[in-house]
Amino acid sequence: MADQTPSPEQLTQVDYRPKGKSWLDPHVEFRKGTYCYSAAPKNLTYLGLPNPRQWQPFDQDWKLPPDWKDIILAGMKERLDRYRSFRLFMDICVRCGACADKCHFYLGSGDPKNMPVLRAELIRSVYRRYFTLAGRLLGSTVGARDLTEDVLKEWFYYFYQCTECRRCSVFCPYGIDTAEITMIGRELLTLVGCNINWVIEPAANCFRTGNHLGIQPHGFKDSIDFAVDELEEITGVRVEAPINRKGAEVLFVMPSADYFGTPHYYTLLGYLALFHEIGLDYTLSAFASEGGNFGLFTSHEMIKRLNAKIYAEAKRLGVKWIIGGECGHMWRVMHQYMDTMNGPADFLEVPVSPITHTRFDHAASTRMVHICEFTADLIRHGRLKLDVSRNDHWNVTFHDSCNPARAMGLIEEPRYIIRNTCRTFHEMPENTIREQTFCCGSGSGLGTDENLEMRLRGGFPRANAVRYVRDKHGVNVLACICAIDKATLPPLLEYWSPGVDVAGVHEFVGNALLMKGERDRTTDLRGEPFASAKEDRAHA
Amino acid sequence: MNALSSLVVVLLLAGVAWVGGALALLRPVFGLAVPGLAAGIFLVGVATRVVGWARTPVPFRIPTTCGQQRSLPWIKASWIECPWTRSGVVVRMALEVLLFRSLFRNTRGAITTEPVAQGHGTPAAAPEGFPRAARLVYGEQKWLWLAALAFHWSFLVVLLRHLRFFLEPAPALVGVLAAVDGFFQVGAPVVYAADIALLAALGYLLVRRSSDPQVRYLSLFQDYFALHLLLGLVATGVLMRYYVRPDIVAIKQLTLGLVTFAPVVPAHVSPLFFVHLFLLSVLLAYFPFSKLMHMAGVFLSPTRNLANTSRMRRHVNPWNPPVKVHTYEEWEDEFRDKLEAAGLPVERE
Repeated sequence: MADQTPSPEQLTQVDYRPKGKSWLDPHVEFRKGTYCYSAAPKNLTYLGLPNPRQWQPFDQDWKLPPDWKDIILAGMKERLDRYRSFRLFMDICVRCGACADKCHFYLGSGDPKNMPVLRAELIRSVYRRYFTLAGRLLGSTVGARDLTEDVLKEWFYYFYQCTECRRCSVFCPYGIDTAEITMIGRELLTLVGCNINWVIEPAANCFRTGNHLGIQPHGFKDSIDFAVDELEEITGVRVEAPINRKGAEVLFVMPSADYFGTPHYYTLLGYLALFHEIGLDYTLSAFASEGGNFGLFTSHEMIKRLNAKIYAEAKRLGVKWIIGGECGHMWRVMHQYMDTMNGPADFLEVPVSPITHTRFDHAASTRMVHICEFTADLIRHGRLKLDVSRNDHWNVTFHDSCNPARAMGLIEEPRYIIRNTCRTFHEMPENTIREQTFCCGSGSGLGTDENLEMRLRGGFPRANAVRYVRDKHGVNVLACICAIDKATLPPLLEYWSPGVDVAGVHEFVGNALLMKGERDRTTDLRGEPFASAKEDRAHA
Repeated sequence: MNALSSLVVVLLLAGVAWVGGALALLRPVFGLAVPGLAAGIFLVGVATRVVGWARTPVPFRIPTTCGQQRSLPWIKASWIECPWTRSGVVVRMALEVLLFRSLFRNTRGAITTEPVAQGHGTPAAAPEGFPRAARLVYGEQKWLWLAALAFHWSFLVVLLRHLRFFLEPAPALVGVLAAVDGFFQVGAPVVYAADIALLAALGYLLVRRSSDPQVRYLSLFQDYFALHLLLGLVATGVLMRYYVRPDIVAIKQLTLGLVTFAPVVPAHVSPLFFVHLFLLSVLLAYFPFSKLMHMAGVFLSPTRNLANTSRMRRHVNPWNPPVKVHTYEEWEDEFRDKLEAAGLPVERE
């Protein structure tokens, strides 16, 4: 961590009483550590997005196109006519303030414009000025603001300081969803080329190579082969992990971090062990080598562009249905957008587990099943031999990832898997889990190092709850089903709640799974000795 | 500032109405023309807004799920908080509209440095030198929910009680409602519980808005204006019911005349009544252009009124545009050498 990172004592000096000028003043100070760098022109160019140029948020001149204001206002008009959510959420907020302290960025920063209501007002004030009679006539008296460059800069700062986690929408009496506002806000910023690189580079990579990390097909194969070797070393079992194989029953799609990052990688080992053990007829794809979709953090159009390959590849390979790996925002796209955008998936079949013959009717149209739904069903039917003592070195808590919890309702499946693979499990406090779960603070493309202070602030509510169960129950691992969580929670916990690791749910499955022909295993998928092995050594 | 200026505006409106009610010449304007016009603006305005929303497409099925999805049959799904049937959605919406379910979840978060209360578990030692002091705690926060609920329900009761001014004979329901509302039999005339609740709730909402630092910071002129307008409306009503008894028969002549399109402005109507009527007219005319439209909007909110059936049934976006994608063929062409070198199958050699 960089030297100038403030200490936890400094970061928790948060004063929630707003001070100084009215929020109508748009001026923003781009302070190091609290914003993300601009998108590199080559990435915008590759995606055909507007206004590629060299610039940074702290520059005075953002090099906007001369008619930027008309572009934004026309963009607003178009979206007001296309999204009932946007139009309605502009109109009906009563500013009751119930959402204020529900936002992790507000709780961690105390910046009043991080209250979801004010985040929306940033754009609502412009809506009033140009699209309502009262705003046109009465101006700032009724909270209407002219669209100026300062307002645009403020939008950039605060719409890239929202992780689209939807927690506020749980508490809003009208269900106003700031994720919708932020998504539209970012779309508008995209129209004039104000993007961040941490979103646009993965999107460009994904468009070209098929995955966010820009891994080309031979690299993909190398990674998978390496995982197969490693799994053999640990378990003594050689598994098959076919790629681009036509005629398989199932296409398996995962976030690219699973085959390139840790601790994601142990989750991948878990998938591979599981699929081998149950004899699943499946294939991976080097083209559909990314389940995640940074289009979600750019524009609805970009979601569709990046998501198209999933069904296209399923069709080309002739599979019957799709399983998706552990990833949060990926599942928001798969669950709420994919079928509408790129369906109908009439060339696929309604998913049926070949092992248990369970028909996944809840995925009857989209024809894609979450790996946790699939595995929970296997365990329920007693189709997995599990030695739970192999996870005895873990004292587990579960972090609901925002999107599976609040945009899908996938809450019990991962818990069921954990309870059946681990013996010690403790929930964090009620108002920090399930639909009230707190974001990791780095979602929606904000997980970059230049933004570290804001990530630590935004992640504090989550880490605070982890620290609570660590101190109370001795929890030493945070399980989650999101690739961004797995990437960003380890540094967050190291900072706020040291001594707690991060793991995917299928890592526990891989640890506990008794495989046919396996060697006498002494280590988990991380190569760490099992608790029993440790005891043996202590007794020896 | 916003609190004060909106109060001044409401007082000015009240003053204008008082003068209008006192001058015989202006009484038809304030007694008939203004209320008639206001009612027209209300009806046309609300209808226009609702139709405008309803005509705007809902391109994606985006409910906020607040409970377990329907997936595997043996997992207990939350049919209200994460509905997958029409009846589930109806109950979810009913809870939202009638009981303010989401607002009921409200909590208050704050950072504290108080020492941690020891739980029953075995606390693990925190690493050396780690600051345990600052932590986030959450408190119950039901007052906003309670006040909001009290305001809306008592406003409805008072509104229904007013039906006796518009219907002859007054429906039996109104009598029953008044009897229940006056159940406590306090004072003469009997004090209605709804009147007390209405005043108390509005008072709380105003105090909260102007004293809570966060809410005050984000409040606009129109937020205070709505509260002051309602308070003015309720205060004049309460004054007339309990203190300055106006000529009820004359008032009823006027109100019945309004709804039967046979307008009359009787003499002897107190100017206070004109203030009451005028503030109501302002409220009606203002309603369609204001945040008060949440009354209708809440029913159309796509995060609440859609079932979580995104994967069960296809949701169609009426404007789903074609987009530029990167096809498999283009991808294979770009990476063919690498695919072949890695021994991965290709479509074209």
